[in-house]
Formats: sequence, C-alpha cells, structure tokens
Amino acid sequence: MDWEVVIGLETHAQLATHSKIFSGAATAFGAAPNAQACAVDLALPGVLPVMNRTAVEYAIRFGLAAQVVIAKRSIFARKNYFYPDLPKGYQISQYEIPVVSGGQIVVELEGLEIPVRLTRAHLEADAGKSLHEDFHGLSGIDLNRAGTPLLEIVSAPDMRSAAEAVAYARTLHNLVMWLDICDGNMQEGSFRCDANVSVRPKGQQAYGTRCEIKNLNSFRFMEKAIEFEIRRQIALIESGGNVVQETRLYDPDRDETRSMRSKEDAQDYRYFPDPDLLPLCIDAAWIERVRNALPELPDAMRRRFVSDFGLSPYDASVLTASFDQAQYFQALMHFVQGVAKLCANWVSGELSAALHRDGLEIRHSRITPQQLGGLLRRIQDGTLSGKMAREIFDALWSDGGEADTLIESKGLKQISDVSTLEKIVEALMAAHPGQVAEYRAGKEKVFGFFVGLAMKACGGRAMPFLKTGWLANEALPFLGHSCSPAGSF
Amino acid sequence: MALTENDLRRLARLARIRVEDNEVGTLLTQLSGILGLIDQLQAVDTRGIEPLSHALDLEQRLRPDEVTEVDRREQFQAVAPQVEAGLYLVPKVIE
Amino acid sequence: MNLVTTSLKQLAEALRKRQVSSRELAQAYLERIVRLDPTLGAFITTDHERTLRQADAADSRIASGTAGPLTGIPVAHKDIFCTQGWLTTCGSKMLSNFVSPYDAHVIEQFKAAGALILGKTNMDEFAMGSSNETSFYGTVKNPWDLTRVPGGSSGGSAAAVAARLAPAATATDTGGSIRQPAALCGISGIKPTYGLVSRYGMIAYASSLDQGGVVAPSAEDLGIVLNTMVGFDARDSTSIQRPPEDYTALLEQPLRGLRIGLPKEFFSGGVSADVERAIEAALQEYERLGATRVDISLPNTALSVPVYYVLAPAEASSNLSRFDGVRFGWRAPRYDDLADMYELSRAQGFGPEVKRRILTGTYVLSRGYYDAYYLQAQRVRRLIVNDFKSAFAQCDVIMGPSTPTVAFGFGEKTGDPVQMYLSDIFTISVNLAGLPGLSIPAGFGQGGLPVGLQLIGDYFSEARLLNLAHRYQQATDWHSRVPALASA
Repeated sequence: MDWEVVIGLETHAQLATHSKIFSGAATAFGAAPNAQACAVDLALPGVLPVMNRTAVEYAIRFGLAAQVVIAKRSIFARKNYFYPDLPKGYQISQYEIPVVSGGQIVVELEGLEIPVRLTRAHLEADAGKSLHEDFHGLSGIDLNRAGTPLLEIVSAPDMRSAAEAVAYARTLHNLVMWLDICDGNMQEGSFRCDANVSVRPKGQQAYGTRCEIKNLNSFRFMEKAIEFEIRRQIALIESGGNVVQETRLYDPDRDETRSMRSKEDAQDYRYFPDPDLLPLCIDAAWIERVRNALPELPDAMRRRFVSDFGLSPYDASVLTASFDQAQYFQALMHFVQGVAKLCANWVSGELSAALHRDGLEIRHSRITPQQLGGLLRRIQDGTLSGKMAREIFDALWSDGGEADTLIESKGLKQISDVSTLEKIVEALMAAHPGQVAEYRAGKEKVFGFFVGLAMKACGGRAMPFLKTGWLANEALPFLGHSCSPAGSF
Repeated sequence: MALTENDLRRLARLARIRVEDNEVGTLLTQLSGILGLIDQLQAVDTRGIEPLSHALDLEQRLRPDEVTEVDRREQFQAVAPQVEAGLYLVPKVIE
Repeated sequence: MNLVTTSLKQLAEALRKRQVSSRELAQAYLERIVRLDPTLGAFITTDHERTLRQADAADSRIASGTAGPLTGIPVAHKDIFCTQGWLTTCGSKMLSNFVSPYDAHVIEQFKAAGALILGKTNMDEFAMGSSNETSFYGTVKNPWDLTRVPGGSSGGSAAAVAARLAPAATATDTGGSIRQPAALCGISGIKPTYGLVSRYGMIAYASSLDQGGVVAPSAEDLGIVLNTMVGFDARDSTSIQRPPEDYTALLEQPLRGLRIGLPKEFFSGGVSADVERAIEAALQEYERLGATRVDISLPNTALSVPVYYVLAPAEASSNLSRFDGVRFGWRAPRYDDLADMYELSRAQGFGPEVKRRILTGTYVLSRGYYDAYYLQAQRVRRLIVNDFKSAFAQCDVIMGPSTPTVAFGFGEKTGDPVQMYLSDIFTISVNLAGLPGLSIPAGFGQGGLPVGLQLIGDYFSEARLLNLAHRYQQATDWHSRVPALASA
C-alpha cells in the first residue's frame, strides 16, 4: 500500500528578552543552579506574575512576519499539572485565545515553494530542568530556566515528509533569528521542536493516529527521528497493529523513538483563565509601531535579490538563510557594484569556509564587508586572479588591513601591460628555439609548454592573459607564427 | 450530581492528595453536599451572558524588560526541605 | 495609659507629644498578649525582641522629627502576609516551618511608615473558614464568649483587636473574612475595593476575590491604617494605579440626604430576630442623622454562595499546587517515590477543609465539568455584579446585617460544610463584585454578643463609607464597648 505521511510541528522558541516573562530575574544561559530563580520563579507563597512588555512585542513581531491575526485581547490561562520542574504546579500559557492565530510560512525545498499554515502562536513560561545524575538516586531541580518566555508556534499538519518538516523548521528557525526575537541556539534549548507524526493510506481523508516526538534538538535528529517514526508506524500497521496515541522520545544513540512512560492519569490540565493576570490588550498603534520597525523579511529579500541583482533563486536563498549573512551581502554590494554573482560566491564560498573553520558567526567576521569589497574590486578590474585574491583574503583574514595595500606590498599585482608580457615571451622563445620550431611545425602540445614557462616567469601574475588566448592569438603570431587553434587552452 | 468513589479517587490523584480508605466515606458525603449546593447554578438562565473573570474591567499592565532581581539562592534555599549543590532534590523524576 | 480605652488615633498623638514612647507602648501590648492570649489563641507568633527593636527605631524616628502617623504604633498582622524573618504559616501545618525570605507589599508599607510588627495572628487555614476552627494552630476564642467562635478567616486579628491586644490588625477578605469576624467580635473592619491593597506577599486563596484590609475598634482608626496600607504595587498585576487618597478626609461630612439602599434579600428570612432588631435600630439612628431608606433588590444574592463555592475552590485548587514539598513547606518524612512524596506531603500538610476545597476546585475545573460549573459560575458572577450596578443607581450605600446570626458555638457547624458556607451569604457577593464593604458594631443580640452592620459602597468609595461609619460611631458607643476579658 502507498502511505502518505502527515506531520505537524510544535515549536518552542525562547524569546531573547533580558528578564523572564513574569519576573525580573535574568534569562542568561549557564548561570549557577538556581542563581537566576527569583521568588516569583520559585513560586514562593504570595508572589505574583507581571507580564514582560518585550515578550509581547516579540510575539507581535513574529505575528506580523508570518501574516497572522494578532488578537486585540488575549487571555493567559493556567495549565495545571504536578512536576518538580514546574514550581507553581501550573504553567502560565494561553489556551482559548492566543496572542496570534492563523498565518503561514513559505518553505523552499528543492526549488519548490511549499506553504505551511500556522494554527496559532502563544506566549507561555518555560519550565525548569531536572538533572538526573550524581545525586545518589535523586533528581536535582534547577529553576533558572523556569519563567523564560516562550513563543509556542503550532503548525497545521501540512508537511508530507521528514524533509519538508526539517525545511519548515529551518525556515522558522531562520525567521525567529531574522526577527531578532530568539537566539536560535538549539544546543542550549532556545529553539525546540516537537513533531506530531501520523501516516494514512494515500487518498484517505481522515488522519491516522499520531504520535508526538518530543525535544528534537537538532535538525539532523529531527529528520532521523521522523523517518524512524514513519517506518515504525507503517511497519506496525502493515503487520496488523495499531498506532497508539502517545508521546515518544528520540534516542539519537540508538536512532529510534521510544514511548515515554505514559502519564499515569489521563491528561486533564484543568485550564482556566489565570486570575493573577488581566487580559493582554494590544492596540493598533502598537502593532503599527512594530510593523514600521520590522526588517525586510527573508522571503521578500530573496525575491529582491533575484530581481534586483540577477542572482539565481538558489544563490538568493543561500544568502538569505540568515539575517546576518544577508546583511553582510547587502553591505558588500555597497562596495562593489554590478558583480552580484561574484559577491555571492565569495560570501557563500571563501568567507563561509573561513568562518566555519574558525567557528565564528558572520557578525564577528574578521573581514568586514568593506575589506572584502576592496578585494573583490580588484578581481572585478582584473588586477587579481582568483588565486591571488584567495591569498590576499587569507592575509586579510589573519592580519587585517586593506586589499590594495597588501597587493602592493606583496607585489601581487597582475601584469596587465602587454609590452611587458611580450618581452617575457620573446625571451622564452629565444631561449627555446627547438620548441619554437616544433610549434611552428604544427606540434600544438608545445604551446602548453610555453604557457607553463610564461606563467612561471610571471609568478602567476598573468594568468588571465595567458589563459584567454592572448598568447596564442596575439603573442605567438606577433612573433611570426601562423595562427593555431587557441581552443586547446 | 452524585460523586462516586472512583470520581473521588481520580480527583485526589489529580490534586496529588492521598486519600486513605477510612476517609472516603466522610469525604464523599461532604463533597456531595457541596456539589448539591453548587448545582443550584444549573437552573440559572445565563444565555447571552459573558463569563466574568474579574470584577473590574482592566487590562494587563506590562513591565519593562529589565533584570531587577539578584541572586538570593541562599536565603531561598534556607527554607527548602532538601538541597545539594544549589539544586532542589526530589525523588528520581522518571521521564 | 489605658490601652483598652485609648484609640489608635490617640495613641499616635501621645507618641507624637512624647507622652509615651513606642517601646513603652510595645511593651504594654506585649504584656497584654502574654497575659490574655493564652486564653484567646489570637496570635500564632510574637517576637518581643524584634518588636522592641522596631520600637526603638521608631522612637529615634519620632525624636528626629521624621515620624509619620503610624510611626511607633504596634500593628498585628494576619499570618497570611509574608513577613521577612518571621514564621509565616497561613494557619497551616504546610507552612509550619516557613520563615518568609521576603516581605509582602503590605508589610513593606507598614515598615516604611515606622509601624511595629506586634505579631502574626491566627487564622483559618489558608483563609478557608468562617469560624477560625480550621487553623493548624488551634481555635481562636471569641473574647465576648469563650465558648463561641470569633468568625473567620481573620479570627485572630478580630479577636486580638476586640480584646485590645492590638490597636489595629491587618486582615484579608475573600468571602467575608474581615467583615464577618469584625461583626462577631464587635469591632470595625473594612475590605477595600479589589485592587487597592496589593496582593503581593499575601498568600493566595482565591486570587480574583482576595483583598487585604484592616480591623480596628473604630472607623476613624480604620481610615488612618488604610492610608498606610493602600498603595499601588507594580508587582501585582491587579493592583490599581490611582492618586493617593486620604481615607480620613471625609470623616466629618454630614449625612444629610444620604440614600441607604436596603436589599430585600438581606432582610427576608434567614436573619435571626436579635440581629434584625439591632440592624433596625442602627437604621433608625441613620435616619436621625439625615439619611433616608430606599428599598432595593439584589435578586441573585442567594446564588452568590454557590458561585463563590465554584470560583474560590477552583482558584484555590490551582493556587495551592505550589505546596508540593519541593522548595519550601512541609515534606512527608517517609515516602517511596515522587508521586508518593507529593501525595503524602499534601495529605499531611493540609487540613480537612483545605482538602475539601482543593478537591471541589479540581472537580469543577476538570474535563467535562468546566463549562457547567466554572463558566456558568462566571456568568452568574456577572449577573451579581449587574445587580449592584442597578442598585447603586438608586442609592448611595447599601446596608444590612453582616451576618445572619451572632457568633455561634464551637463545633456547631463543622460537621456540615454547607451550613458553614451559608453563614457568609451577606458578605460573599461583595467580593464577587469587587466592591468595598465595611462592618461596624451595631449593638448586641442574644447572649450579649455583638451584631455587625454591613455597609457596601460603590467602587472606590472607601472614604465615604468610613465617613458614614464614623458619623454613626459619633452618635453611638457600640464601637467602644469592650468584652469583660479585655478590662480584666
């Protein structure tokens, strides 16, 4: 039987606020255990929550970017359950009326644009962490993370493969970082996905029973976990079994998902409006202020790169894979006009490789757009060959400075003066009369021998001239040779 | 609405309160009495009436995103039943 | 100085004129507590050394001329207010080991004013009760009759003031917990408009109904204390931002033209004859002062009790989930695993009434029942609010009895929770509407026990309510009557 896969994602993006969603404690990652858990985060008797304005603003920012409906009035609810990392015994979340609803994200996958609808996005407080090692059989509870603002973004079950799910997650990941509302650090848990996966016979309308895979903290694991889960469900059904709705955890070491200890009582979260909080009201003026401050979005920028710069859709999408990279590219384009493709190649090629090698973010690049622009201008005007340019790039990367100064000091300037080259070639021919004679007799291979010698003599600084057939078409004939095919170069 | 022992056990589990066998009878009687009281609400016609969460019609106040709290772990953990290395200790949490 | 007959206002004047020092005052009250409280059980904690240190600081402040109206005045606090360095129990075994690491906003306000913390008063466990019989720290006796309850949940505060063990005490009111014990103990008590007193650090029972307030012998003293207690607090999302108000400013205003609304539901049956007689006499006194009566109706009054017993337990069931034995409070000494630890800690730490309300609240919020109970109760709550809105179009203040009867005996209603709940019928609707309410002594009923007259005002009419009470107290002396025990 042919199976269709149905995937929906629930994504928790930690909002990059300084303080927590309902308290003034810091949200910085990596503090000593419980050093950033204040009275409110610890749920001491009598404490109360007060909402962080910036968290709301970030939700609005996301909402505008994903073309959602922003609720003028939304409600915070309590989701009640007991867990040691949940100090109040309830999570403050949004239930019936979330801050944003609807909207969609356009995902690019293998040249296709796939729209993924969003169901909703709501604000909520993160829980703390349970640590299971080293406490003589007990668990240790660290509540530093408790109360960190989360935007939970829920997609419709619109994805039909693990690859689509990952592409959606990457797009979302890029978007929240683009909007500067989430640092996107998946290792630190700033961006976490749960995937709802089900399968159904192709053509069937009704959804199959779904399983939720929790805490997929890298795109690679997400893909593998979903693929495993699809295989598992299909195998189960084909062998006459039934998928049981449950929560499963992906184990990367064994590359499999396994059932989490089923919650002992059927989940009954007893949601009700949090009486400590009043309705969250967002007026049109606030939304407009946020809208006006919104950066150009990746989708729009990608299209613009194609239409304005003549880049291929592929290049445009590589460049807009992150806000910082796109910004770098745009800055670079201020310094070198008219060679977008060259710029794109250098940003996604040399620069990316160097950043990757040194483990740097592009915003911390050791070469500024201005420096790189200076270098690329010299490629553009023929001063530098690609090889020379890479040499200068490496020098700029390690020692800084300006391309032009380095070109001078290293004597790397391309020989662009024809008479100098002619003299070099003349001398070579004089020194190798035998080979000249062979060439004249029609032995074309000898031509390569001259190119090699000429390049050596120029220290690699005349590459484009030599390569473009100048030697064959102009230098050698000028020296009394009848024309020979230049195609051999 | 008659409350059964099963209902009571389910509620007690949700509320994480151990109810001993010898408490069940009294609790059932008392809770059934309370449910009888609140069941009076079922007879009220509230069509078209919006639920009211707060008497005063106010909006949520928003605070600026500023870190105002300092590390007071020592004082907070002075009242904790069991701590070690800055962590609150509990019986093993099973995922 | 006779603490039994001297009002808080007079004590403040005596301090300012240096006729008495704060230390002397504190010592005198502490001495009364040592002598009389073993009989009453009004206090859970006192700390003489700490109180006297505060008194010394107040004395220097008075000497330096920077004293405010409450500087040097000892005030008792209901043990629901978190008080840094003080045991703060909320009347529960659950918090029997909880020394608060922080101060409630209310406590901060009193500290800033230079008032002394005289001690922490007994209360129904987590403010759930109408008789102070649910406290882990034992019952509080009514100073007028030691076989009777003082009312609840602020029974300790009310009994302490009634016996003049404190010139004033803080209290809280979720369904009548200030007005009912004030009435049963023969003192004055005010529950302000919801949102005027910060709930930060006031251990939550039912967040949308809880409100801090004061009990004191007279309305004038209530106003003085309220001036310190009320204040905007950014840490409470429901705290109301308004310009500061002097709650004593209108005290002397004449009552001519006052329209008193009398809801027929407060007077038709259910009220005992002695209470009804006392209230009628009080109303006649108001007429002599220039007021007129207006018959009004609050048709949904009877529903306020069921509405309350859906909403308050629902909020409580969630508010009390934080007591899980992990970060503070009671943890069972023996348990097998995590679930066991939760269930035993909570079963041991909470008393029967708290458990009943948590279970009730869990029930009304649980799947399949939420709409029928919780949402329906919220809808009826709106009907109740609307009743008050219509009423205040016809009158300036609503009056009636604070309680259906005078103080009842211990154990009289503990067997049947519903009977206990019904005793709050006149006070509960005021919390549901978030309105200010006041109870003042209005004579005596059966057994020489006090009767309370309830005054309900429109939102933010506290100063006016205190004015109405004060003019009445100038014309009568019920508020200065004290139980025999106090003069002993």
